[in-house]
Amino acid sequence: MNELNIERLHIAVGDQEIVRGLTLRVPRGEVHALMGPNGSGKSTLAKVLAGHPDYRVTAGKISMDGEDLLELEPDERARRGLFLAFQYPSEIPGVTIANFLRAALQSRLPEGGELEATDYYAKLYEKMELLGMDRSFTSRAVNEGFSGGEKKRTEILQMAMLEPKYAVLDETDSGLDIDALKTVAHGVNSLRGPNLGILLITHYQRLLNYIVPDHVHVMVAGRIVRSGRKELALELEERGYDWARDGATEPAYR
Amino acid sequence: MKTENSAVDIDRNKGDFFYPEVHVRDAGVGLSERTIHYIADVKDDPDWVREYRLRGLKTFLEKPLPTHWASKDLEAIDFNKIRYYLSPGTEPKRSWEEVPDDIKRTFERLGIPEQERKFLAGVEAQFDSEAVYSNIKKAVGEQGVIFVGSREGLKNYPEIFRKWFGKVIPIADNKFSALNSAVFSGGSFIYVPPGVKVKHPLQAYFRINAENFGQFERTLIIADEGSEVTYMEGCTAPKFNTPTLHSAVVELVALKGAKIQYITVQNWASNVFNLVTKRGLAQENAEVKWIDCNIGSRLTMKYPSVIMKGRKARGEVLSIALANDGQHQDTGAKMIHAADETTSNIVSKSISIGKGRATYRGLVHVPKHLKNCKNNTECDALLINATSRTDTYPAITVRGTGNAVQHEASVSQVSTEQIFYMQQRGLTEAQAMSLSVNGFVNDLVRQFPMEYSVELKRLIELEMEGSVG
Repeated sequence: MNELNIERLHIAVGDQEIVRGLTLRVPRGEVHALMGPNGSGKSTLAKVLAGHPDYRVTAGKISMDGEDLLELEPDERARRGLFLAFQYPSEIPGVTIANFLRAALQSRLPEGGELEATDYYAKLYEKMELLGMDRSFTSRAVNEGFSGGEKKRTEILQMAMLEPKYAVLDETDSGLDIDALKTVAHGVNSLRGPNLGILLITHYQRLLNYIVPDHVHVMVAGRIVRSGRKELALELEERGYDWARDGATEPAYR
Repeated sequence: MKTENSAVDIDRNKGDFFYPEVHVRDAGVGLSERTIHYIADVKDDPDWVREYRLRGLKTFLEKPLPTHWASKDLEAIDFNKIRYYLSPGTEPKRSWEEVPDDIKRTFERLGIPEQERKFLAGVEAQFDSEAVYSNIKKAVGEQGVIFVGSREGLKNYPEIFRKWFGKVIPIADNKFSALNSAVFSGGSFIYVPPGVKVKHPLQAYFRINAENFGQFERTLIIADEGSEVTYMEGCTAPKFNTPTLHSAVVELVALKGAKIQYITVQNWASNVFNLVTKRGLAQENAEVKWIDCNIGSRLTMKYPSVIMKGRKARGEVLSIALANDGQHQDTGAKMIHAADETTSNIVSKSISIGKGRATYRGLVHVPKHLKNCKNNTECDALLINATSRTDTYPAITVRGTGNAVQHEASVSQVSTEQIFYMQQRGLTEAQAMSLSVNGFVNDLVRQFPMEYSVELKRLIELEMEGSVG
């Protein structure tokens, strides 16, 4: 039961159906890569998992460790252990990274609970070091004036601090040069373990050289058309998405 | 989150209580010459003050409501239904033990005596029309600093009082300064002798306890040459069913090289009309700084001003206004440059929530004959909902050569994406909103004294909790 379970999911924006009967299971302890061309519905899926108000789930189910996610507000999902690393993280002017993360951690404590400041900063600095971030970063406003690479690192820093059960990484590799990519991948790899399930959404195979997935799924036009082991990514890289689409049978998983 | 050092009552509900009235002196309902004479008799005013009051009344009655530019909501005030003077009929006490029990309990609930012990150089507590408590730390008093109620100031220090009273803000400045001139009671009188720097703030706390009541305190602060003082005021009132009026006049005089910092954090109930005139006069090389936080009230109209009369004088207004549903914060600043090399700075931030409305009105005046004057104005508005409203009316008249003015304004909105992002990290919608708002005012709040910035944050959180749902 310890899994993120998506069953025959349909998602619409306005009249347009973007995800059309998608089924996917991400057990804790595994890394699943979700690959697909632009417009296949990957990012829509990521946002719906997190509960974005602009999308409508028209059919299907999403559960996390057996609990129905669709019944929960975005913040409730987050506090129960779901994390989304955004493709385009929002800026929060005037709110420092240190204050933001402290508020996020504070929201997970029972009423009246107080975060221990010394422990908090010790952990924050440790995770920043892991991601090659300078300590002065903590006093910068969240994502305000950040480069693409800095934003992505900040997303992974938040993931490291919030210790989710499931993390959805939406195009975390986009806009990163090779050095930044390696650092981010190192950060993600260090968080891997039996208590974390990762759904790694990416356009390119490149990221998967650094974060090696347990499973790979190919998504085209709102559905998963192929699933396999990590070798599938290489094959896809060689043959292209047309091959994946042409060879598609009914959505299959294990 | 509640801090030990809370400087002012901040929790809206915390202020929402009242004890039965214990007034011995009551001018009755409505406003006429009889009201004025009653007040002057009770207060044992000298003749010149009685006449001053009568002129105030005449001017008040002659002047129309300024609804040609201000909110029509002013018409909702029925001046004939207000009680203009209420007091227990006792002199202000020097120790809390002597303050009548009900009144003492009120201020204890608001945390005033505790703050006094912790970090204040002196406290005055006003209950309806009169100060019930007034005390200054011995060491500060021994430096020659005077900190008393306006009545005591008038009685015991007539030569200083009369010299400056009504000089910065004349009776006819506006309809409400005229009203205050007619019925003023309470407020602080402060004199800081030359060269004395008062380390800790002096605080006044204004409490309205009675229904259908108008509070008209009058504050006069004189900082003599080279002296420094910080004054803080806090205000609360319980939430009555009928509107309450608060109409103060505050005059500051900073003589050569003196510095006055005046901090207001008001947390009025949502049916208080808050119509206040505040102005400072800065002589050569002197500085007047207003820190003004307007939260609560039904309608606030307040534009703290500085007249820079001496060379190199400085004026500053840092203000935050939070207009919640059903509230109108009509605030701003006026900077009157009247000497060479004077500099002024205005930073105004407003937040509108729900159907709340924030208005900024600014006036910067630099006449032609002056040289090397500078003004910087920054004016930022944050809209929380699609129904929220903000308006900006800056008036800048700058003539002459070598004077520089800079004006920046921005309007921003808390976006759905931003809130979603924060919710994804575990914050509730209300927490996300209040963090956004705190971020918006953060660079300004950092310049406030610590005790105030912490309380202000807390207050913003409480306002946001009530407004999202």
